[in-house]
Formats: sequence, structure tokens, C-alpha cells
Amino acid sequence: MEPFLKGRWKWLTVVGMLMFFLTGCSSNIKAGVLNPQGPVAQKQYDLIMWSIILMSVILVVVFTLFVVILIKYRARPENEGYEPPDQEGNRLLEVVWTMIPVIIVIALAVPTVTTTFDLEKSPSPDKEPITIEAESAQWKWIFKYPVQGIETVNYVKIPANVPVRFQLESHDAMNSFWVPELGGQEYTMAKMPMYLWLEADKPGTYLGRGANFTGRDFAKMEFTVEAEKPSDFDDWVKQVKETAPAQSKEEFEKLLEPGTVGRMTFSSYPEDEKKDSSDHGHGHGSSKEHHESNSH
Amino acid sequence: MDLFDMKMPDQLIVWGNPLINGAWISIILVTLGIVFVLTKYKKWRWLWDEWLTTVDHKKIGIMYIVSALLMLFRGGVDALLMRIQLALPNLEFLDAQHYNEIFTTHGTVMIIFMAMPFLIGLMNVAVPLQIGARDVAFPTLNAISFWLFFAGALLFNLSFVIGGSPDAGWTNYVPLAGEELTPGIGINYYLWGLQISGIGTLATGINFLVTILKMRAPGMTLMRMPMFTWSTLITSVIIVFAFPVLTVALALLTFDRLLGAHFFTIDGGGMPMMWANLFWIWGHPEVYIVILPAFGIFSEVISTFARKRLFGYSAMVVSIVAISALSFLVWVHHFFTMGNGPWINSVFSITTMAIAIPTGVKVFNWLFTMYKGRIEFTTPMLWSLAFIPNFIIGGVTGVMLASAPADYQYHNSYFLISHFHYVLIGGTVFGCLAGLYYWWPKMFGFKINERISKWAFWVFVIGFNMTFIPMYLVGLKGMPRRIYTYREGLGWTGLNFIETVGTFVMGAGFVLLVWAIIYSIRHAKRDYESDPWNGRTLEWAIASPPPHYNFARVPRITGQDPLWRAKKKGETIFEEKTPLKPIHMPNHTGIPAVMAGFWFVAGFGFVFEWIPVGLAGILGVLLCMMWRSLTDYHDHHEVPVTELRDAAAEEIKNAGGRSARGVVNDG
Repeated sequence: MEPFLKGRWKWLTVVGMLMFFLTGCSSNIKAGVLNPQGPVAQKQYDLIMWSIILMSVILVVVFTLFVVILIKYRARPENEGYEPPDQEGNRLLEVVWTMIPVIIVIALAVPTVTTTFDLEKSPSPDKEPITIEAESAQWKWIFKYPVQGIETVNYVKIPANVPVRFQLESHDAMNSFWVPELGGQEYTMAKMPMYLWLEADKPGTYLGRGANFTGRDFAKMEFTVEAEKPSDFDDWVKQVKETAPAQSKEEFEKLLEPGTVGRMTFSSYPEDEKKDSSDHGHGHGSSKEHHESNSH
Repeated sequence: MDLFDMKMPDQLIVWGNPLINGAWISIILVTLGIVFVLTKYKKWRWLWDEWLTTVDHKKIGIMYIVSALLMLFRGGVDALLMRIQLALPNLEFLDAQHYNEIFTTHGTVMIIFMAMPFLIGLMNVAVPLQIGARDVAFPTLNAISFWLFFAGALLFNLSFVIGGSPDAGWTNYVPLAGEELTPGIGINYYLWGLQISGIGTLATGINFLVTILKMRAPGMTLMRMPMFTWSTLITSVIIVFAFPVLTVALALLTFDRLLGAHFFTIDGGGMPMMWANLFWIWGHPEVYIVILPAFGIFSEVISTFARKRLFGYSAMVVSIVAISALSFLVWVHHFFTMGNGPWINSVFSITTMAIAIPTGVKVFNWLFTMYKGRIEFTTPMLWSLAFIPNFIIGGVTGVMLASAPADYQYHNSYFLISHFHYVLIGGTVFGCLAGLYYWWPKMFGFKINERISKWAFWVFVIGFNMTFIPMYLVGLKGMPRRIYTYREGLGWTGLNFIETVGTFVMGAGFVLLVWAIIYSIRHAKRDYESDPWNGRTLEWAIASPPPHYNFARVPRITGQDPLWRAKKKGETIFEEKTPLKPIHMPNHTGIPAVMAGFWFVAGFGFVFEWIPVGLAGILGVLLCMMWRSLTDYHDHHEVPVTELRDAAAEEIKNAGGRSARGVVNDG
């Protein structure tokens, strides 16, 4: 047993060095989820950090107990004849370690519930939001601006500092609309529109992608979210309206065929693809009525 | 549709990809090799009589474990292939289709054909012995369960060489997995492979539920049962409630694909999200089906090698029961991002977090079982000890995932992947291996070599952490699961490369483990010790390997840890004065294997949508059932008293107590 124990310490050192190496490797960890660039991502980031703090407490307590008990009560030649006591349990201790996780769960559950309800609402209720329809198809992202009447593919421009209500839908397989630096994801589902609020604090380009597997070229379903100053955004819309081609119904249907495409911009999209702009009210709730009325 | 239209898929025999060609060649060579060895050493008869027709729970358990180890190898190779592909950006080692098939089969094989059969194998080996029973309640049904699992696994594994593998993920979400978006037969393999083995699992659940409730030895009250038996009982209850949901969900999707129904289609009034609900109403309890038995194993092993009774036994029991109840109340957390509304997400966040409470209680009880103990670092104990820190890492990240708004950021990312590998490897796989090492001497009469096994342990555990710690980080950097390649400049490369290296280290650990087993089979001293670990429970009171009837005399139980009490307090388990009586035992029968063969034919026919072949298989199954019901009055034999004497003497020597004229083993 003894030489083996020596071996164990050696290995522990190796593991320790590995961990060090790993943390060294991830010096630019501030990307993606841990680099929030808008109020939604910030709320989620705060919740994540709070949960990491709570969980660290558990890790420290359990790891310490684990190491101390293993070292102190390991079998050694000196304690050869030692007969461990016949303990049935300890009511007080058991109550204590039932209460510890209860407290931690409450400490996490409260902000979880409040944030869940917060994220249903516009992150900046005092500002006028814009709506963009984000639609997934195999294997591209289509963005329609119902008010502006324009359409982009595989990129989306948004005004910075303006809450954006993304209305999500899919033309085929279920995908998930995810822009880690602006906020968490929501599924896109066929005939079941849902919405997701996002907002960028400042102009910049943020990487988004489909997160839910949809088949062959799923890995290529990347898009960029390009936040610009509201005035620049308005100029861009005007420019698109003037210079970009219109999209015919045939072109739109061709776009929906399975395959990948590059970035595209259209000054309009086919009329019957425009949803009636009446709000479904409870986008997060998967409006069943809507679903049924649509399937006739 | 035309009933007799036996249409051929585009590619019946998959050929062309060098990896799959290699698989074909190795399948043919291994098959020829097995046939050659069996013929040369005239072992066909032995194989049929001793194994294929057996209804002995211990042998069935061994067959489960051997199959599970093979599946661990297969799923592990899948993992290595995926990790090679993702080691660096833009690699073209696998194309998208092949990668998608591999991650689908990796997940399905590991959960359905590795983790569950491994644990069910260990239950088969240990549970009847732990409760003092001579077999399970329905021995033939037990064999049917095994052979259904085997037929399902065989069918599923054929997919990559015949006709093409499923490629919609192990969760098989519709509409992607529907006929419209994924035509072809791959998904059919998934549906039928799982359906056939799932029916077997359901029968196992019923079997062990009845066995534990009805076949305990006198004095073995519920609250005196060993913790592994308790966890098996609760697991069986979960199986009985959860598996019918899977059966129905698979059947509905089969109707969609085979008969053109519209349960889950986008058009025609179908409801794709119903699949996600049904799948996870089964799928989340399934997670506990593969973790609770592991908890039971850790309880046995930790108590044995700390030389101390399990701390807080009744709290442990209450915790398992609480976990099993909660396991049915959390399924929505698999799709917080499906627009459920804030109330539903809040409720399911809280129920999910609540699971941390009974689980936390268990962890502290394990720690305090070791407190003031005398901890011996045998290999089964090492796997159990490694479980605690690794599982805790998986557990706390699970609580983080339970917080719905935060989950919007973790969902579908490598953070999630790492979480469930920490609980499924750190919990289930470590538990399977701890159980394998622990009960190996009971199954075969010798231990697995400790020196090689400890190397295997350290290499595997280090490789495991090297693989999965970077996965948490790369997930937070926005890397989603199930992508077959990624581009440069995302900051993912270094972490992915470490993961790949770690996977190979794990693979080396597995090779060492296999080597330890082969080395021990060839060289280990056969000491046939009844009680090699100085155990506490009933299985260690009888010979190793145990006779097929297990107990010559029915044991009498006076408390928890009966063998420990016999050794320490001289309590009597086997009363020498009780006269030996002939034992009624079930006969061997070929029906289970033949019936599973017909299931295989049926499954194969329906996979290819060859309805007549499928129906012929079903007819065969029905004929087997009829045959069985007409012959079941002649399916047992008596073991005469003269055959019981040696086993009875062994029992008296080990646990005859003070009454056995001073032959007390002082431990």
C-alpha cells in the first residue's frame, strides 16, 4: 500500500500542474457567455456568477471533508487492529447537512425565479423596441424586418441600445437562436412562433449561431449580429431599400431548400410571407391556438 | 402503401468509407474467429447448455456485463473518432453525415446498451444473493429480458454496416427525425433497437420489483436490506413507471414513419414538441435508473472498505425514494428554451434544484461512513472514492443548469455535455467499475489484479478530467454540441485539443482495464474464497462462485449487514440443525434466445419497412409464447440433498454462528 500512496501524491502534482496549464490556456475566457454585452446577457451573467459562488462553497466544504477524512482515517500499518465504531448515524448532523443544501437551493431559486420573469419583458421598457423575425431553415438564418420591409440572410443589423424583440420560427427542423454575448437562446419551431428579447449596449459585432442540431450543415449555421448607432441603422435601412434587390416568392422558396448560402440582403420579401403584425401576446407561451389555426 | 413492396434502401451494404470498411473486415474476422474457436475446442454444446439457455441469474448477469463491456468499447471508439475530428479546426477526418451518425450512436449505445445493461448485470449477480433468494421471481422472463436487450443491441449495432445509422441524436427530436426531413432507414434502427431492448428492460423492472418484495429470506425486512438492493428496488419502480412512456413514444413515431401517421409531423395536425415531452418523461427518470444503482454500489463498497456500517441508513433510504419521486417531476428542464412560460420554467427550476437536497444528504452520509473508519484503498474503493469529487463537480453544475435563465446560456452547449458526462461517467461508469471489481471474485472465484487495475484507474480518471474540464470552458465560450467541425479564431482550439488528448488517455485507461482482466483470467490464483473483501452482506456468506441454487439452506436474518453480525457477534445465519431439503429449480430453456431471434427478425423487417418479414418475426414471437405457455408445467427440476452437502458446509463455516460448534470465523 505504501509505495502506491507515494505514487498518488506524484499523480496529484501532475493533476495540479495540468489544472494550472488549463487555466493558463483559457486566459481569453472572457468571450461568449462570460462577456455580456447587453442587459439580457448581463442578467444571466449575474445569475451564473452568483450560482458559481454558491456552488464553490459546496465544493470547498465537500472537498475539504473528503481529503481530511481520507488522510486521517486511511488504513496504516499502525492502526492494523483498529476496530471502527458501530455508528448508526447522527440525527443532528443529518439535519444540518439537509439544511445546508436547502438554504443553498433557496438562495439560488429566488433570483432564478425573478430573472425568469424579468426575461419575459423588454430589457428597457422605457425605450421603443423594434421587432425582427428570425427564421431558421436548413441551413441558414433568415431575418425579416416587418416594419422596414427588408430581409437579410445570415446576418442581422440591429440598432444599439434599443431593445429588439426577435420573433422566432423555423421552416423545418427545430433550431435554437443563440447570441451568447447578447443573451441566452430560445428554440425556433415550425408553426410555433416564440419571442426572445435581446439588446446590445453598444455598437459592435456579435457572433450568433444555431444551437440545436438540425442535420448535415448544422455546424455552418453561424450568423453575425451587427449593432450600430440608431442613426447608422436607419441609414442602412434606407440604403437597403434603395439598392438591394427585391425578393420574389420563387427566390424565397428556393432559399428554403436545404443547403448553405452566404450573406444576402433584400429590399423586400414576398407579401404572403409577411405575418399579420397582431401580437400573439404570449410568445414565450407556445400559442396552441395559433398552431392549430395555421395547420389548416 | 403496398404491403408486399420489399423496396431496397439506397445502400443496403454500407461500403466505401475506410472506417466502415475496416469495421466490416473486423466484424467478419472476429465472427470467423469465434466460430473457429468454438468448433475447434468443441464448445458449441457448452455454449448452448451453459449460457444461451441458462436461466441462472448469475450467468445472465455475467452475459449482461460482457455485452456491456463490448458496448463500452464500441461507444468509446465512437467517442475517440469524434474527438479526433474535433481536435483541431476544419478537419476532414469525418464528414458531417458520418459525424452525425457517430454522435447519435455514441449516446444511444452508452445509455441504452452500456450503462443500463451493465447495472442490470450487476443487479442480476448480486441482488438475489443479497436477499437470500435462490433466483429471481421469474427466471425465464429474466432470460427473455437479457435476450431482448441483446437482440435490440445487435440490431442497433448492425446499422452502421447495413443500411446506415440513425443520425438525429440520441434524443431523436422530431421534426428532424421524421420521415420528411430524414427519410431512409437509420431512424428506424433507433426506433426498433430501443423498442425491443426497452420491452426487455420493462420486464426486468417488474422482475426485480417482485423478487425484492416477495423473495427475501426470513428476517430480511425492508429496512434490513443492503443499500444496493434498496436502490435496485427503487430503480425497478422507476423502470415500471417510465419505460411504458418510451414504448408508446417509440410506437407513435414508428406509426408516423412506417404507416404515415401524423403524431409528430409539422403538417397534418402533428405536434413535434410532444415528442420532446414524452422522450424526457421517460428520459429523465432514465438518468436516475442509471445513477441510483451506482449509488447503491458505492454504499456497499464504501461501507465494506471503511469497515464501518453505512452512516444514516434510513436517511439514505429516504433520499433514494425522494430522488425517485422528484425524477418524474423535472423533465421540462431539458427544454427550458421551448417557450414554456415563466411559471412553468420557475416550477421546474425549483423541482430540479430540489434533487440536490437528497443527493447532498447521500454525499455527506458517504463521507461520514468513512469518518472514524479504517479506509483501505482497494480498486473497488478507489473507483468509489473518485466518484465523490467527480460526481460533485457534475452535481453542482447540474444545479447551475437547473436555473432556467442561466440555462438559456448553457443549453445545447459543451457546458451541458460536460455536466452529464461528469455525472454519467463519474457516477454511473465509476459505479459499474466499482461493482465489477467488487463482485468479480464472487462471480469467478478470484480477484482482478490490483496493481494493473490501479494504473488503469489513475490513467482513466486523469484522462476523464482532462477531457471534460475544458468542455465546461469551451461551452461557456459558446461552442454548441453536435457540430462536426468549427472554424479558427473562436478561441476553442486549445481546449478542444486538450479534450482530444484526454480522451486518448481515457482510452489508454480502458485498455489497461481490459489488460488487467485478461491478465487476471490467465494468471490470478483461483482461491475461491467466499469472503475475499471481509464483506458485510449475505452474498459473501456462500461459496465463490455460488452454486446455481445459491443457498443450500435458506438463511435467517437478524439485522442489517447480516454477515458482519455473524462474524462479529457470532449470530447464526445458517442453522445447522435445519435439515437439508431438495431444492426446486427452474430448467434451462432455449425459448428466450429463440424468441429474441424472432424479435430480431421482426425488427430487421420493420427497419427496412419489409412488412411481411416483420410480421413473420412477430408470428414467431407469438408461437414462442404459446410454446412456453403450453410447456411451463414441466420446467423445473429438484436438486437432491446429496448435492447440497458441500455448499451447506461452506455456509456453516462462514456464518453458522456460535451454534456451529466453535467454527466461528473471527474476521
